[in-house]
Amino acid sequence: MALTGDQVRWVAHLARLELTEEEFQLFTGQLTRIVDFIDQLQEVKTEGVEPLAHALPIHNVFRPDEPAPSLSVDEALANAPARKGDFYSVPAVLD
Amino acid sequence: MELIEKTAAELRSLMLQGEVNAVQITEAYLQAIRAREPKVQAFLHVDESDAMAQASAIDQKRKHGWQLGPLAGIPVAIKDVLCTKGQVTTCGSKMLQNFIPPYDAHVITRLREADAVLIGKTNMDEFAMGSSTENSAFKTTRNPWDLERIPGGSSGGSAAAVAACEAPLSLGSDTGGSIRQPASLCGIVGMKPTYGRVSRFGLIAFASSLDQIGPFSHDVTDCALLLEVIAGHDRRDSTSVYRPVPPYSKTVHTPVKPLTIGLPREFFDEGLDPEVNACVQEALKVYRSLGATIKDVSLPYSRYAVPVYYIVATAEASSNLARYDGVHYGFRAPDFDSMIHMYSRSRGLGFGKEVKRRIMLGTYALSSGYYDAYYLKALKVRRLIKEDFDRAFAECDVVMGPTSPTPAFRIGEKAENPLAMYLSDIYTISCNLAGIAGISIPCGFTKAGLPVGLQILAGPFEEEKLLRVARMYEAQTDWHLRRPRL
Amino acid sequence: MSRPTPYTIVIGLEVHVQLLTRTKLFCGCSTQFGLPPNSATCPVCIGMPGVLPVMNQAAFELALKAALALQCNIASFTKWDRKNYYYPDLPKNYQISQYDLPFSTGGGLEITTPHGPKWIGLIRVHLEEDAGKLLHDETGRGGDSLVDLNRAGTPLLEIVSKPDMNSPEEAKAYLEELRLLLREIGVSDCEMQEGSLRVDANVNIRIPPEHAGGRKPLPGRQHVATPIVEIKNLNSFRAVERAIAYEAQRQFEEFQETGKQMGEVSKATAGWDDVQGVTIVQRRKEEASDYRYFPEPDLVPVEVDQPWLDRIRATLPELPAARRKRFESQLGLSAYDARVLVGQGLAFADYFEAVARGCGDAKAASNWCSNQVLAVLNERKITIREFPLSPEALADLIVRIRKHNINAQRAREVFGIMLQTGDTADAIIKRLGLDVSFDTEQLRELVRKSIASNAKAVADVKAGKQKAMDALVGFVMRETKGKAPTDEVRRLMDEELAKV
Repeated sequence: MALTGDQVRWVAHLARLELTEEEFQLFTGQLTRIVDFIDQLQEVKTEGVEPLAHALPIHNVFRPDEPAPSLSVDEALANAPARKGDFYSVPAVLD
Repeated sequence: MELIEKTAAELRSLMLQGEVNAVQITEAYLQAIRAREPKVQAFLHVDESDAMAQASAIDQKRKHGWQLGPLAGIPVAIKDVLCTKGQVTTCGSKMLQNFIPPYDAHVITRLREADAVLIGKTNMDEFAMGSSTENSAFKTTRNPWDLERIPGGSSGGSAAAVAACEAPLSLGSDTGGSIRQPASLCGIVGMKPTYGRVSRFGLIAFASSLDQIGPFSHDVTDCALLLEVIAGHDRRDSTSVYRPVPPYSKTVHTPVKPLTIGLPREFFDEGLDPEVNACVQEALKVYRSLGATIKDVSLPYSRYAVPVYYIVATAEASSNLARYDGVHYGFRAPDFDSMIHMYSRSRGLGFGKEVKRRIMLGTYALSSGYYDAYYLKALKVRRLIKEDFDRAFAECDVVMGPTSPTPAFRIGEKAENPLAMYLSDIYTISCNLAGIAGISIPCGFTKAGLPVGLQILAGPFEEEKLLRVARMYEAQTDWHLRRPRL
Repeated sequence: MSRPTPYTIVIGLEVHVQLLTRTKLFCGCSTQFGLPPNSATCPVCIGMPGVLPVMNQAAFELALKAALALQCNIASFTKWDRKNYYYPDLPKNYQISQYDLPFSTGGGLEITTPHGPKWIGLIRVHLEEDAGKLLHDETGRGGDSLVDLNRAGTPLLEIVSKPDMNSPEEAKAYLEELRLLLREIGVSDCEMQEGSLRVDANVNIRIPPEHAGGRKPLPGRQHVATPIVEIKNLNSFRAVERAIAYEAQRQFEEFQETGKQMGEVSKATAGWDDVQGVTIVQRRKEEASDYRYFPEPDLVPVEVDQPWLDRIRATLPELPAARRKRFESQLGLSAYDARVLVGQGLAFADYFEAVARGCGDAKAASNWCSNQVLAVLNERKITIREFPLSPEALADLIVRIRKHNINAQRAREVFGIMLQTGDTADAIIKRLGLDVSFDTEQLRELVRKSIASNAKAVADVKAGKQKAMDALVGFVMRETKGKAPTDEVRRLMDEELAKV
């Protein structure tokens, strides 16, 4: 099944990826071939098969409600691309 | 034999006998790095003074008569996917070019506690996505056996560093074969432990349900030594398992008898290079001569491992990599006209093509209307793949086959064809999907002098048996003693 | 009460409450409110590369506790999922939440309406992590927004009701009851000002066909239903009431213009402008939101067994609904009194019970607590824990009032002095000379004397002039130098007048 340009654009939007026109063309073709390849899964009968999300059958892992040291404000913000005072700064967000 | 060509175990006994000290060992490897890096390009960062400081601190410890850790004075190279406190950790990406984590990965803490010398951070495919290390944003690592060829990937830098004797040990991460495949292509030992055996804390995630950290070494004994140091429970990783770590380095020399080896016919299909097949068949003869029973088994669903993997891994990756958005850390594009544009441009410019391709694929597989057909379907087939292994391990101790269908390919050969690149992991991927343990050990060379690896798989938490089975073969052969001429 | 409308409002509420844990859901950072910006964060809640979440056991158990108190069905197996969307206050750009297997479903809460009790059902309760806070440039010049991640990763309980509420008052009653319950069991402090309780309201209206201006209900429906609007940013219960009332009427008017019914356009979201008192409907997004939920691989599932549930259940105090019923059946209080007392919270109801036990008169204890005591708490802005009189002291006052037949006005005076001086009721009553006791027969004698001496007033009362009663009672009060209990005198006067 060929991916349409609209699908590729929509997926790029969902994933917040700005693609160049060259990448867009390249990916549309490549993803179509990869999806075709992946489509062979449809031939497997999976009625009654439980999905396997975790390879290990472990459950109930908790930590106690005990405080641990936080980073200092400067440590926390040390890698921030834009900092204003003690905040991360981002372009205006319009609700 | 030069110091740098020795194994970690040999260096360790020289240390214990007082023949060498940590500073001398570290100096020797730093010199090798200086001499060989222009050709091999295995490392992204080497901080010589920091390495020397670690080494002299260890020598001081010894001078004062303090107890030394099991890796005292042994240099270990670290794949740049593992966070090191206060040191740049890039994950092979422009996105994290300047990222300095304020924490050490759990395995790094373990190495420091074992008195290892962290000698540098190695090159890798960006975000561990790739099978050739060509997807690094920074450099292309060469295969030490043939500098025109790739070392494999994604842990190509860590594999090449050990193969080129720039470090006796290194750490990699394996999501679909990223340790075993480069180990095979570089003629060294590489192991992916059982999912949950080694804490993933501080391992920059590619696909969380598949990722596992593991060792690279010249031989199986060293692999056991390093695994023993890094394995074990960590409260910071909910998927790390609470169970004791066996003394791998002590038991590794004990052969497994009786031994039943399963040979899945699916691992010997038409895509397998005849020279690789020949090496594997020779290896099986060695096992037969050691009294092993070899049995045909079938893993019928393993033929779907690649498509399942490229759905599960990319879906998880699309979410794991969402955090790289130019807000809290990492690359932010210089120009944009809105918040959303800041995101998409930073990600568009910060990520390389393969990463973007996989994020796109994973996003698509999870998106509304496709979830059931792709992601959910893949999780169901994943269970069938795991059940194949459950059946095989009910009648065999281990399963064997080639690690990679071909020896190392040429740089650029598959760069334009992602699907062909994906198929180079065809034999390694099912192990990650099933969460079991796997190792690749050297089992010969092609006529052109390229290494070939034998893959051995064992059931969950059967690392001890896996290492013993691998060592049985190694003790009869000398492939692991060869070093490339550089 | 809102004015009668030609339509029925249908309301479902999504309530988020922060859980009272010391640390965040997945890391050891503090959940304390009001810390300096970005001072309570770590690699885990900043979402730095390679770090992993580990579930806080106390958060999960508080969630279980809330679900048990809300009579939900607890799942024996539950897991976590990632909800993927990009927003700068969400550091990982996914929220760890629960999708198809929440830890609880069903359950509900009984509220009181003018038409009697009403059950509000729940769809589900699930556990998730909170986002950080975004501060916008208030100058309106489009300056940068600022991100504070202190709140990121705080444990949140999402409680989703069925669309079972049909008026703004019912919505408010539901929220009050929910808040009371969650506070009583120590799950959340539910402080709207601090954001530890947040409400989104899904609102639409059903219009009977005769008021639908000729529009016919869509197939399968008996009413014309308008498209659902989700109102966000409701920061007080009052705002919830006002926004719902406004939105319902707005939908009615919009329907008359457009005729659009539910299902014909997609769900919209709206903000509430508390100053203007209007909802502002945001552009309907035709693109369905696509959260790409999938199982969180970094957390393992949880299995809940009966012994664990029993252990949590054992930590639950008597719940408000049960306590109200007991106050009615066991202490003989009216439904209204029980509501007022229990509605003040666990400590207040405990105080009342201690007073009632001490004085042996639940009705009098109820009156004192819900009138005098509550007035003092409100006036001084204190809680019952800070109230200066012990329940024993108040009980003692009530006993002595009865013993000495002290009238209501004098009793309040004694109460006031107790509060001021801390003296005992006994000492104050003695000081004021109120420690006389009139037995009923003695008073009845005086009442008869008053009737005999005031023929005119008696005639006036009989003729319906109730004011004349004052003269009759006043006579007795003069005779007793003002110490007779007025209430008792009036009661006896009524009895004796009936005989005349």
